[in-house]
Amino acid sequence: MTLALALEQLLNGLQLGVMLFLMAAGLTLIFGVMGLINLAHGSLYMVGAFACATVAAWTGSFWIGLVASLAAAAAAGAIVELVVIRRLYDRDHLDQVLATFALILMFSEGTRWLFGSFPLYLDIPPLLQGAVALPGGTEYPVYRLAIILAGAIVAFGLYLLISRTRLGMRIRAGESDREMIGALGVDIRTLYTVVFALGAALAGLAGAMVGALQSVQVGMGEPVLILAFVVIVIGGIGSIKGALLGALLVGVTDTMGRFLLPKLLALFVAPAQAGMIGGAAASMLIYIVMAVILAVKPRGLFPAAHA
Amino acid sequence: MILNRETLINLVLAALLLAVPFAADALGQPFYITLATRIAILALAATGLNLALGLGGLVSFGHAAFFGIGGYVAGILAAHAFSGEPLLFGLSGTKQMWVIWIVAAILSGLVGLAIGAISLRTSGVYFIMITLAFAQMVYYFAVSWPAYGGEDGLSILVRNQFPGVNTMRPLTFFLICYVVLLAALGLFALVRASRFGTALQAARQNEVRVATVGIQPYRIRLTGFAISAAVTGLAGALFADLNRFVSPSMLSWHMSGELIVLIILGGTGRLFGPLAGAALYVIFEYALGGLTERWQFFLGLILLVVVLFARGGLLGLLAGKAKHG
Repeated sequence: MTLALALEQLLNGLQLGVMLFLMAAGLTLIFGVMGLINLAHGSLYMVGAFACATVAAWTGSFWIGLVASLAAAAAAGAIVELVVIRRLYDRDHLDQVLATFALILMFSEGTRWLFGSFPLYLDIPPLLQGAVALPGGTEYPVYRLAIILAGAIVAFGLYLLISRTRLGMRIRAGESDREMIGALGVDIRTLYTVVFALGAALAGLAGAMVGALQSVQVGMGEPVLILAFVVIVIGGIGSIKGALLGALLVGVTDTMGRFLLPKLLALFVAPAQAGMIGGAAASMLIYIVMAVILAVKPRGLFPAAHA
Repeated sequence: MILNRETLINLVLAALLLAVPFAADALGQPFYITLATRIAILALAATGLNLALGLGGLVSFGHAAFFGIGGYVAGILAAHAFSGEPLLFGLSGTKQMWVIWIVAAILSGLVGLAIGAISLRTSGVYFIMITLAFAQMVYYFAVSWPAYGGEDGLSILVRNQFPGVNTMRPLTFFLICYVVLLAALGLFALVRASRFGTALQAARQNEVRVATVGIQPYRIRLTGFAISAAVTGLAGALFADLNRFVSPSMLSWHMSGELIVLIILGGTGRLFGPLAGAALYVIFEYALGGLTERWQFFLGLILLVVVLFARGGLLGLLAGKAKHG
């Protein structure tokens, strides 16, 4: 095991963490402000990826595709909020789970209807192709570094939006007392739609960026959605800071676990067995981390003040 | 006993489920027997979940874990019985259904106890997401553990046996599942009427009050959750025998979602809610699947409409509001 390889895996973990943050930020924002659990968030991720792949294929430009993914996911989010989600705010979590589960079925099958069952492919834009040398002699794809950078910029932007703007002030007010900001004359219905569309756009952005690394296909959002749930449970539901730290923790733990555990076990048992046990153990690792954190802090690392 | 409307509807449902396979057998249509068996097994799994969700108000989004564990118990025990290799500590596999049921129920119950012990420290949305995450953990374990088929799943070459009958005959296997379902419904009714069940329901309605009268809600819920897991695990073992195949898809979160859907379609917390819901679901699946390849889209649409506009499910519609709740 070389240091360079470990560094490469660490960067992969960071990249996964950044993607998870984009998903988790939207989920936790929606839960924090509206008290809604949204299973269909993974579908919005998928919408972003499909929009980016389709528009990029039409126009030949990844960047136009990226803009389209933001627009498409935000629009899909806004429509879903207006038609379905806003009927669910007063309902219990069970109804929310079921209704958004139904939305997943419709989104998945609807996308299959429109695009067929074959996966789409999205090329990495020319500007970000190639690799950079890492200390130690290996090379690392520029595109993955760009994703990490983009995630950092979005995280900082989100911080500015929430702590420095009027919209952010309303979002924070909504998190601490929903009725009160309505009474103070804020148009709360519009605020909800905006927050939902914002969360959707973040998910769409994540989907579009990952779309160039993997194939774009129906169901791509579900594994990410469940990891994002783990992230916000660890971080504390409703907390953006918790989502960021939780996402990085989950991303790095998952990637490094898959890389290190088989090697670690190989010191004790035969390599073939080490690969098998290590692989199985690594796939469970983040859930074990989650269980340990919850056993100590049932409300996550950074529990939101209310909720 | 006075026959109220709900009891009458329950009796009709139970009789219908029993009559259809006999009619199908007489007409030489074994496919419909399989469909009825599927309804009975899904209803059994959902009855297990109904104990936690309906009585205890514990929205578990991870019951597929128990369903799948039950399935894998049936698959693994049968595989070892077939190959003759000892399992653990020199114990051999078995092809006897009743042994498999006991092992499936106990093992799922124990896993339920472990998952519940951690998950029940939380509540609300946290509980939903944590049960989901634990089920995913079991799912990924099954996918990445190659010894029992991994992602490809595990076939049961010949359906497991029950003393004195031929389980390969569809009608016989249906009757076994039907009897187990009735037993589970009996257990549900017993639990609901018992002191324990009353405490479980009270903990759903008002946790603080339950604690004030000296009952620890956590223990009550944990017990309820474990029993619930055991019943769903038993259903998983039967499901594996029905398909003679078990794969990680039994553990997937879609399965957890489906189990909740069954309860909601039928009517939450009601004795026959799971059966009504399972019948409705399987019939939808079959009828829509015959009409269009895109049946999942329409299933989603129907589900959405039920959640938004028809709360109370089928039994709510037929028998009015639940008397207790």
